[in-house]
Amino acid sequence: MRIGALLVVLAALACLAAAETPADQLPNAVQEAHARALFKEIRCVVCQNESIDDSDAEVAGNLRQAVRAQVAEGRNDQEIKAYLVQRYGEFILLRPTFSAGNAVLWLGPFLIVLAGAGVLILRARGASAPEARLSDAEEAKLRELNDF
Amino acid sequence: MIVELGSFALVLAFALSIAQVALSAAGRLRGSAALTGAGEGAAAGAFVGIAAAFAALIHAFVTSDFSVANVAANSHTAQPLFYKFTAAWGSHEGSMLLWCLALTGYGSVVALTGRGLPWKLKASTVMVQGCLGVLFIGYTVFASNPLLRVAMPPVEGASLNPLLQDPFFAIHPPFLYSGYVGMSVVFSLGVAALIEGRVDAAWARWVRPWSLVAWSLLTIGITLGSFWSYYVLGWGGWWAWDPVENASFMPWLAATALLHSATVTEKRGAMAAWTVFLALMAFTFSMLGAFLVRSGILTSVHAFALEPKRGILLLDILGIAAGSGFALFAWRAPKLPPGGLFAPISRESALLLNNLFLSAATVAVLFGTLYPLIAQAAFGAAVSVGPPYFNLVFGSLMGAVLLILPIGPLMAWKRGELVGVLQRLWWAALAAVVVGALVYAFHEPRKAFAGAGVALGVWLIGGTLTELAERARVGRTSTGEAMRRLRALPRGAWGMTFAHIGLGVFLLGAAIDGTGKVETAKVVAVGDQINAGGGYRLSLDSVGVVDGPNYQAERGTLTVTRNGAPICTATPERRFYPAGGQTTSKVALCLRGVSDVYVVFGERRMGASGTPGWLVRVFWNPWARMIFLGPLLMALGGGISLSDRRLRIGLPRRAAEAAGAAALGPAE
Repeated sequence: MRIGALLVVLAALACLAAAETPADQLPNAVQEAHARALFKEIRCVVCQNESIDDSDAEVAGNLRQAVRAQVAEGRNDQEIKAYLVQRYGEFILLRPTFSAGNAVLWLGPFLIVLAGAGVLILRARGASAPEARLSDAEEAKLRELNDF
Repeated sequence: MIVELGSFALVLAFALSIAQVALSAAGRLRGSAALTGAGEGAAAGAFVGIAAAFAALIHAFVTSDFSVANVAANSHTAQPLFYKFTAAWGSHEGSMLLWCLALTGYGSVVALTGRGLPWKLKASTVMVQGCLGVLFIGYTVFASNPLLRVAMPPVEGASLNPLLQDPFFAIHPPFLYSGYVGMSVVFSLGVAALIEGRVDAAWARWVRPWSLVAWSLLTIGITLGSFWSYYVLGWGGWWAWDPVENASFMPWLAATALLHSATVTEKRGAMAAWTVFLALMAFTFSMLGAFLVRSGILTSVHAFALEPKRGILLLDILGIAAGSGFALFAWRAPKLPPGGLFAPISRESALLLNNLFLSAATVAVLFGTLYPLIAQAAFGAAVSVGPPYFNLVFGSLMGAVLLILPIGPLMAWKRGELVGVLQRLWWAALAAVVVGALVYAFHEPRKAFAGAGVALGVWLIGGTLTELAERARVGRTSTGEAMRRLRALPRGAWGMTFAHIGLGVFLLGAAIDGTGKVETAKVVAVGDQINAGGGYRLSLDSVGVVDGPNYQAERGTLTVTRNGAPICTATPERRFYPAGGQTTSKVALCLRGVSDVYVVFGERRMGASGTPGWLVRVFWNPWARMIFLGPLLMALGGGISLSDRRLRIGLPRRAAEAAGAAALGPAE
C-alpha cells in the first residue's frame, strides 16, 4: 500500500505544474493561441486528471508538439480531435462527444429542469388559487418570525 | 502507553455509540426521560472517547513515535512541529478519525443543547446520530485504526507528502470535515422527522441553524482548499473540476438548496417533504465524497489518501445510511401533511425555482463526475468528462439561478407581483448591461464570457443592494430614519445580503481572472528580464540555495516592475524534500489590489541562446483574489445569520413552541 501510494504521488508530481516550454511555441501568435485553446480540451493520458495544457509529463509534451504541428498545417479542430481519438480513443477528449451514447450526460440535467417545471405546473393547476393576501393570522406569524 | 489508552478510548467510543442508539431508542419507545437522558450522556461520552483517541494520535505524531504505523508512514523527525501536528489528518486513517471526532462532537452538542426540541424528535435525532457514529467509528476501529503499532518500528518516518506541508492545507481539512459532517446533524434531524411523521416550522427552525453552521464551515473549507491548490500546485488555476473538488462541491450545492428551502418551510410550512429530502441529500453527498476521495475509483490530481479495498467498506456505509434514510423517506414522506399554498408568482415560487435549478446543477456535477464509471460499466467505453463539460452545463444552469436570484428577496410571500419587483430592479439591470457591455468592449482578450460573467455579478450585487435599500426605505424617508431601519434589520437579513454580495464578488473575479489570465514562460539567467502580462516586467536578480527544516531549495529573487517603477520582490522557490525524494514549488505571489502577479520557479534548462538558466513561469491573474474573497463573504454572511437572536441557543425554545402552536392550527 505504501509503495502504491508513493507511486501515485510521484505520478501526480510528474504531471503537476503547467508546462509551456518557450522554445516550442509556434511563431504565428494566432495559431499558438488556437493550439493553446485545444490543449485545454485534451487529456494528458498518463496523468491523474489533467489536460495537456497543465501537464509537465513527457507524453503531454509530445502531444502538444503533435497538436501544434497539425495546427501549423492548417487543420481544423475536428480533424485534429479525430486524429487524436483514432490514436488514443475517446478517453483523450475532456469534452465528451455529443453522441447518442452520451446524450444522457449532456441532456440529463436539462431534462431534470423540464421535468421539475412540468411537475410544478401540473401542481399549480391542480391547486386552487390562494387568497391574494396573507390572512391576519399569517401576518401575525410572520411578524413573530421576525421576517427574513 | 498513551497510544494504547487512545485505542481503548476509541473502542470505548464505539461501545458508547451503540449504547447511545439503544438507550435513545428504548427511551423514545417507553417514554422514559431517564433512558433518553442516558442516551444523551452516551453521546457525550462517545465524543470524549474519540477526542481522547485523537489526542493520543496527535501525541504520537508530535513525539515522532514511529512504532505507530500511521506515524511512521506520514511523519518525519525533521518535519516542523506544526506539520507533525497536522500530519495527524494527512492520511486516510487519521482523516477518518477527524471525521469521527466531528461526528461525535456534533452529536454531543445536539444531545446537550437541544432542550427546545420536542423530546420525541430529540430522542430520535440522538438515536440516528448514534447510528452514524456506530457505522463510522466501527469502520475506524475495525478497518482503519490509526493507532495500530508495528512489530518492527523504523528508525525514521517516511514523511508527510510535501505538497501537504503548507499552512493552508494544514487548516483546510478541519473546516472541510466540520462542514461535511455538520450535514450529519441535518440528516439525523431529517430521519427523525420522518420517524415522528412531523415536519413543521418548529422542525425547520432547528434545521436552519445546523445547516447554516455546516454550510459556512464547508464554504470556508472549500475556499481554503481552492486557495491551497491555487498557490501550492503552481498551475495558476484555482478550480479544475477534479473529482475530489466536485466531491466537496456537491454537498455544498445541496446544502445551499437546503438553506433556501428550509426558509420556506420555516416561514410558510410549505415544501416540507422537499426540505427533508435535501436534508438527507446533503449528508449523502458528504458520504459519497468520502467514498470517492478515498476509494481511488476515480483518478484525481489530489489522490493522496486512497485505498481501494476499504473504499468498498465506505461504499457499504454509504449504502446503509443513505439507503435506509431514503427508504424511510419513500415510505413516510407521502404522508406528511401538505404545507401552505402559494401563487405561481411569489417568494416561495422564486425559492422553488432556485431549488430546481440548483438541483439540476448538482446533478450535472454528479453526472459529470460519475459518468466515466457509468460509461465504462454500461458500454465499456473509456470516456473523460473534463472542465469543458462542467463549464458549459453547470455554468448555464447556474446562470439561470443567478438571473432569478435578485428577484426572490424582493418578492412578497404567498403572492407577489413580478412587474413591481422588476420596476425596482431596473437600475441594477441597466448597470449590469452597461458594465457587461463595457467589459466586452474593452477587456483584453475580448470574450463574451467575461462580459456575461461581469454583468451577472453586477446584477447580483446591484439587486442585493436594491433589496437592502427597499427595506431601509432609502430615498423615501430621511437619511436618519433609513439608518435607523438598517440598524434594526434582523441579522438574518444582513447574512443574506453578505452571502449574495459575496457570490457577486466571486463571479466578478472568476469572469475577469478566467478570461484575462496571461501566462508567460521563459528560460532566464541572472540579469535577464521577462515581460509578463498586465504590463509587468520581472528581472532575475539572483538565485540562491536555502536550507529549510526538512528540505533544500533553490530560491530565485526577482524584482517586479511596472513602467520602470519597482513594485515588489518575488522570491519563488523550488524545494527538494530528501525524505521522500520529492520536489515541490513554492509560488511567489505579488498582490496588486485584488490581482496577483504569480511567479513559479522551475528547473534549470538551456535557454534559447544556448546559455543555461531557470524556467520561470509568470501568471498575471487579474482580480484573482476576489475568487477567494467572495466565498469568505458568503461564509461571513452565514455567521452573521447564525448570530441572529432567534437562532441563539436557548431562545429557539420559546420561538419553537410558538411556531409549533401555530403549525398545529389550520394549514392556511
